[in-house]
Amino acid sequence: MAEANLQVSDEVAISIENMNKWYGAFHVLRDIDLTVYRGERIVICGPSGSGKSTLIRCINALEEHQQGRIEVDGTVLSSDIKNIDKIRSEVGMCFQHFNLFPHLTILENCTLAPIWVRKTPKKEAEELAMHFLEKVKIPEQADKYPGQLSGGQQQRVAIARSLCMQPRIMLFDEPTSALDPEMIKEVLDTMIELAEEGMTMLCVTHEMGFARQVANRVIFMDQGQIVEQNEPEEFFNNPQSERTQLFLSQILGH
Amino acid sequence: MSKTNTKPIAFVRDAMLAEQTPPVLASGPLAWVKRNLFDGVFNSILTLVAIYFVYLIVSGAFPWFYNGVWSTNSLAECREILQGKTGGCFSVLTERWPQLLFGFKYPSEEYWRPTVAFFALFFAAAPVLFNKLPRKMLIITAIFPLVAFWLIWGGSLIVPVMVALGLIVGYVVFTKLEYQSFAMGLIGGILATVIFWSFMGYVTEPLSDVLALEPVPSRDMGGFMLNFILGVVCVSLSLPLGIMLALGRQSDMLIIKWICVVFIEFIRGVPLITLLFVANVVLGYFLPPGSNFDLILRVIIMITMFSAAYIAEVVRGGLAALPKGQAEAAGSLGLDYAQSMRLIILPQALKISIPGIVNVAVGLFKDTVLVSVISMFDLVGMIRGPILASTEWNGVYWELWLAAVLFFFPICYGISQYSQWLERQLATGHR
Repeated sequence: MAEANLQVSDEVAISIENMNKWYGAFHVLRDIDLTVYRGERIVICGPSGSGKSTLIRCINALEEHQQGRIEVDGTVLSSDIKNIDKIRSEVGMCFQHFNLFPHLTILENCTLAPIWVRKTPKKEAEELAMHFLEKVKIPEQADKYPGQLSGGQQQRVAIARSLCMQPRIMLFDEPTSALDPEMIKEVLDTMIELAEEGMTMLCVTHEMGFARQVANRVIFMDQGQIVEQNEPEEFFNNPQSERTQLFLSQILGH
Repeated sequence: MSKTNTKPIAFVRDAMLAEQTPPVLASGPLAWVKRNLFDGVFNSILTLVAIYFVYLIVSGAFPWFYNGVWSTNSLAECREILQGKTGGCFSVLTERWPQLLFGFKYPSEEYWRPTVAFFALFFAAAPVLFNKLPRKMLIITAIFPLVAFWLIWGGSLIVPVMVALGLIVGYVVFTKLEYQSFAMGLIGGILATVIFWSFMGYVTEPLSDVLALEPVPSRDMGGFMLNFILGVVCVSLSLPLGIMLALGRQSDMLIIKWICVVFIEFIRGVPLITLLFVANVVLGYFLPPGSNFDLILRVIIMITMFSAAYIAEVVRGGLAALPKGQAEAAGSLGLDYAQSMRLIILPQALKISIPGIVNVAVGLFKDTVLVSVISMFDLVGMIRGPILASTEWNGVYWELWLAAVLFFFPICYGISQYSQWLERQLATGHR
């Protein structure tokens, strides 16, 4: 496969070599090799249980891998807590269930990490937070609590919260799967805007419209392995592996 | 043959319905009485029976209070005044009031000292209980334990000052070493404190007359003061200890985890009275002969361990109720373990645990009367011992036990009301 065609810059953002992971005896990730270049927008799809969430959760060490090497932004991911904390503060992550902090206001959700991790003065952190809340188009909700917002708004706050750490890489773990259909678009629009600004993004999602529009590479995973990866046009129009064809016919068929 | 449906199924609403006010219900006091008290024959009968019961209780108790005698010197005198009428002999309370409060050995000319400490407690507790008060008031909270100790036990002010200095020295060492590792900071800090204290023992010895109040030994403490000291000290110590045990039980470090599990399960499997007897008698055999390890301190340690084990389990429940995503979100933002615990996990887990913690705290406060079985003269010990055994007041049960109720009830009820208020304050939408 001509990976050279896919890359948008020469600078490596994430490199994963020969990574394996087990849950007990169950082999969830098998020999994963993946190089992500700066500015790439990668969509990872695959049937449930294929290990796609686990893969991106390994990148910021929410899951531990047992074999292989992961290097993020020049830092090698090891069991050294200092490295893990460094990588985590450079890599933003959005979850399926948003995971906002319900006891803090929207503004406090956004300022928490800059204040405690980056040691940003409170006032500066608040300005930064308001900047990103405006970017996701909900500055007027700053003083509310997460429980008072709709799902789509909560997910946009979660994106703003990650952006407040000014990460160089963003991971999205099925960001629209828990949303009502009416709210999916507002979250996708925010993600598209982010992609257009050149953020390096890895998205686990089944939004194939989003993949076609934004991604420069689509990865298909099954049974813990990368089965196929290609540019979106090729991937959707001309899937090579049988497994990919079956998957695509199932999710695009209805 | 069914009739064909002639109504077309297509329907388009051309105007949205406006909001309407709910229908007006019958209101007014009569309607309320009818609905809540006399709604049907059976409910009416129940209401009348209930009213009769209340009447019986009040009519029985009223003369007892109304005819109560407040100013005699013995039960015999009370009986003379009452001459067979129903009436309480409340003079036992007025005559033995100081004993109920402070026990029978605390020097009466020093009663002002625990009283001052008691009122100072409100200022010390206020900033902890009410978030809106200025944070600077926490300085009072920090100083209070030392001042209260000095006031109640007496002795030289140098001793509590040195204790405080030792803690400060430990804290400084801790912050210096913390950058290397948290555990090293903790060990270093504790070592520094202990070393400082053991050296300062030589300094405080010759200075024992400086700024000294008349010392009162622990065995002279008694009455409700003793219950109150034990309650306040043990609640405030067992909460942090319980939280640490709960976190330890969840720890990935196996040894710490198992120490916590064994501690919690062991303490929860033993009755409190047993632990108190251990504190009173058995500990003495293990300590070097001649060492005079303060009895109150031993009791405080036992009660604290006991309630900490329970609080640990309550807090563990709160921790388990939090979705795993909270810790993951905190981690993914780069917060370290201590930060994510302090800022994200514990505030939410403790909020869930408030009812359980308050339950333990109220239970603990009431359980302090159990020290009367190891012959300490707390409120119950005073009543059962010196007061009821005296020739003047032998036989005055109702009045004394009612007084004990009135000592405990307002405090326990206050704690539970505070906790409900706190829960309302912390409610932020869902969860």
